[in-house]
Order: sequence, then C-alpha cells, then structure tokens
Amino acid sequence: MKITALSPRTSSRRHFLRTAGAVGLGAAAAPAWAETMMRFSPPLPGGPNERPLVTDYPTKGAMILQRTRPPLLETPFEVFDQGVFTPNNRFFVRWHWANIPTDVNADTFRLAVHGHVNQTLSLSLKDILALPRVELAAVNQCSGNSRGYFQPRVPGGEWSNGAMGNARWTGVRLKDVLDRAGVKAGAIQVRFNGLDEPVVPDGPDFLKSLELDHARDGEVMIAYAMNGEQLPLLNGFPLRLVVPGWYSTYWVKMLSDIEVLDKPDDNFWMAKAYTIPDTPHASIKPGETDFKSVPISRMVPRSFITNLKPGETVHTGASTLVRGIAFGGDTGVSRVDVSLDGGKTWQPSQLGADEGKYSFRLWQMQFTPAAPGEQTLMVRCTNSNGVVQPAEANWNPSGFMRNVIETTQVKAA
Amino acid sequence: MFPITKCLPVLLVAGAAIVPLAGRAQQAGQAPITFKSVTIDLPTGERMFPGEAQAEAINNNCLACHSAGMVLNQPAMPKAAWETEVHKMINVYKAPVAAEDVPAIVAYLASTKGSK
Repeated sequence: MKITALSPRTSSRRHFLRTAGAVGLGAAAAPAWAETMMRFSPPLPGGPNERPLVTDYPTKGAMILQRTRPPLLETPFEVFDQGVFTPNNRFFVRWHWANIPTDVNADTFRLAVHGHVNQTLSLSLKDILALPRVELAAVNQCSGNSRGYFQPRVPGGEWSNGAMGNARWTGVRLKDVLDRAGVKAGAIQVRFNGLDEPVVPDGPDFLKSLELDHARDGEVMIAYAMNGEQLPLLNGFPLRLVVPGWYSTYWVKMLSDIEVLDKPDDNFWMAKAYTIPDTPHASIKPGETDFKSVPISRMVPRSFITNLKPGETVHTGASTLVRGIAFGGDTGVSRVDVSLDGGKTWQPSQLGADEGKYSFRLWQMQFTPAAPGEQTLMVRCTNSNGVVQPAEANWNPSGFMRNVIETTQVKAA
Repeated sequence: MFPITKCLPVLLVAGAAIVPLAGRAQQAGQAPITFKSVTIDLPTGERMFPGEAQAEAINNNCLACHSAGMVLNQPAMPKAAWETEVHKMINVYKAPVAAEDVPAIVAYLASTKGSK
C-alpha cells in the first residue's frame, strides 16, 4: 500500500455526516450504513458494546468486526458451543499491519531459512510436503483475548472472549526444517517473519523469536493445514508457525522467513511489544510503573460456559444441562469444576474426549435449580500442572493474559 | 461442519478421528496434498471519523494505517491516555502525523472518547 495523506472523500463523508448528524455524536460508535449489529454478553464495562457482524471477508462466515483494516475479526461466542474445534471460516483474525498480500501463489511461494546455519534454504511447498507430516490439536489465543473486560479499561483491540480458537494443525516439525539447514554452534534464537509488511517505511516489521531449544522441541511446527484444509489467507496461507501452549503472537502467519540468530533478538515486537509484568498472573495495580517486563509466553488455564447466556432463564426443579469448553494453557486440562452458589462450593464436571493436551476440552454437568431467583454459575479449570484459574481478575496496562474464573448469572423461574 | 472454500478433502481422515493426540505432534497419514493459490479482496474500511471540522486532523492523519472503527471501539479514556496513544503511533509505529495536527487529534479524542 502506498502512503498518501488521505483526504476525506467527499461522498462517503457527506453520507456519514448526514446519518451521524441525525442521531448525534453519541451514535459515533455505530456505522452509518445499514449493518447487522451485535452486542457482547456480558457487556464490556463502560462500552462501546456494539459491533457490526459482517460477512464480507473472503473465506470467512459471520464475524464480529473489531477493525476493518488491518483486519481484527472476532469469533461470535456461540460458535464455541458447536464443538471442540473452531471452523476455519469462524476462526478469529488478527493482523498488525495493513500491508497483507492478497494474492499468494502456491507454486512460486518460498520459505527462506538462513542466518547462523550451514546451508541457506529456499523451500517450496512441495519441498515442505516431502518432510515428515505431523498433526496436533492446539488452541490459538490472542494475548489480549478478553481485553475489553479489564477494569480500568485499557487501549487496544477491545475483544470480548472470542479472540481464540482450537484447530487440528497439520504440517512439519520446525526442528526438521532447522536440521535440514544445519544450525551452527553458537546459535541461540530463531526469528520468524511473514509476508505482511508495515504500511509506513520505517514502521517495525512484525518479527517474533523463540529460544533455539524451544524451536527444536519437536512440538513447534510449520502448519500448512488447519482442520484438514489449507489455511484461509486471513489465517496465514500458505504456512503458519504453530507454537503449542503459547500465545498467538508467536504463531507467525504467512511464514516466509526463518532466521537463526547468534544474538538475542531485540526487535520491537520482542523487546517492547507483547511484554507483561514479571509478577504472578502478570498483574499489577493500575497506575503502578515500577515493575520488570518480560516477553509474554505460555498460556494459562481458562474455562467458559457456552450453552447458557447471562440473564437466561432456567426452570426451577428441572434438571438443566450446563456445558462449555476449557483449556489448560501450556498443558492439559486436569479438571473443570462448577459452582452453583457464587464460588462457595464446587463440584466436578464430566470431561469430554481428550483431543490432546493443547486442545479445547468439552465439559458438562447437570444441575437442578432448587428455588426461583438469581443463580450464579461459575466455572473453574485446573490444568495438569495443578494451576488453577484465579478468583480475582488480573490487570496490566496491555490487557494481556486474562484468565479469571468466569461467572454467568442465570434466572431460575 | 466446515462449509468452506478450498478443501483438501483427503487430509483429515486417518490420524484425525482415530489417533488420540498426545502432547507431541503425531506423525499423520500420508495422503497426497495439493495447494490452491489464493487471491482475495479485503474490505478497506472507508468510514470517516464524524465531526466535520473537528475531525479533519484525525481523518487526514490517522486513516493511512488503520480504519476508523478501531478508534471508535475504544473505551473512554483520560486526555493524557489519548496523548500517549497518539505519540505511540508517531514514535513507535512511525505514523506520518504532521506535528501541528497532534493537538487537534488529541482534542478530538478527548472530546469524543474522553473520561476523567
């Protein structure tokens, strides 16, 4: 994309002002054209809580529009009640720069491997297919998933809980690709770049790095398929790094360049962006500034009720199903407990099939509301390392790593 | 379940349904795979910031890198926080914002999305 000073286009501007003028500035958050709007539930504290529900992104079904350009598309929460794997056409989308190739040729595409290696490689998709194929179910979650629930609110993509998804990834081990190039002694990190580029000449290109041992652990993979299909372009066609158990920021899309480094990567996206306070739950007091920052890394456990919405009515005296999804973060789900009394007592739910330790796991339970009135349901995941979701929400200025126990108020009648 | 686009119909089958996936990436079946080149058009987002003259600076400077919705979806924040955001765009992301337009951009954000 060329940079030009964009001057208002008279027609669209007039159109907008005409519509916005009629309802006043308070309606500024709502687009001027007719669109299907949705509201987050629970609402984002202080709002705005409305977003367009759009279908005009190629290869995508109905998605929540957080930002048109560069695209930020959120998965509507009801999708998570439909199964443990998130369909590709409903999988969330997040890009940092608007300069995204919209034309990717599968025959001419090449993945470069260079830097501190014995042999520089330029691999075609055919070359990559010739390597041993591996498959893994894993949750891909944005570092800032649920940022819109932080209080006090923080700037950024104002996501509800749908900046996450679970897919079955197919591809090759990163280790096998690195071995083919031959990592030289003295290498310490591996840096990844995709085909997307900054729209401004000096803007920091989006680059992410992993420690060499992590990159060679046999789990980190270069995926060419997602739920049995080639990746949608918006999710990184043709290749995407998959870093199981780690936040999505490392899952570089349209992966085209792998550089083996003999010095720590100090690029902006590692050293400054995507850093968290080095404190329990990455949490600090709002306003606090005296803390050490470290790059975000491993995910933490989360769980959600997916079949009952806040405010929904259930029947007193009737056996009622409550179900949802959970994930352990950087390891599997050990248990999911449910509280029907606002967190005083907890009872175990029944877990669904184990699709692998990095996958969403279904859980469910039957309960019978005893008396009419408000009923506070809570769900809490404990992972295989014994890490439990906290009762209190964390806070940090970037809105990262939220994993507080979720509460859903329903009404028994 | 996946009513979509470019299918690789053969790929899911074997490993997927049957082999329980442990932590390690599992060796998958070896059915042939083909890729289909992709060309798409992405929506550009031509919506402008409302507010006539007051919005001129933000409309002229801020829409090259991102569409307006991103900003309009932000929560209300104190003026100082908006000031920080605008300077972050300039200093970190190298947004080509004219220095003389900064006060008008901050003023617009503080008046339309401001809090105490």
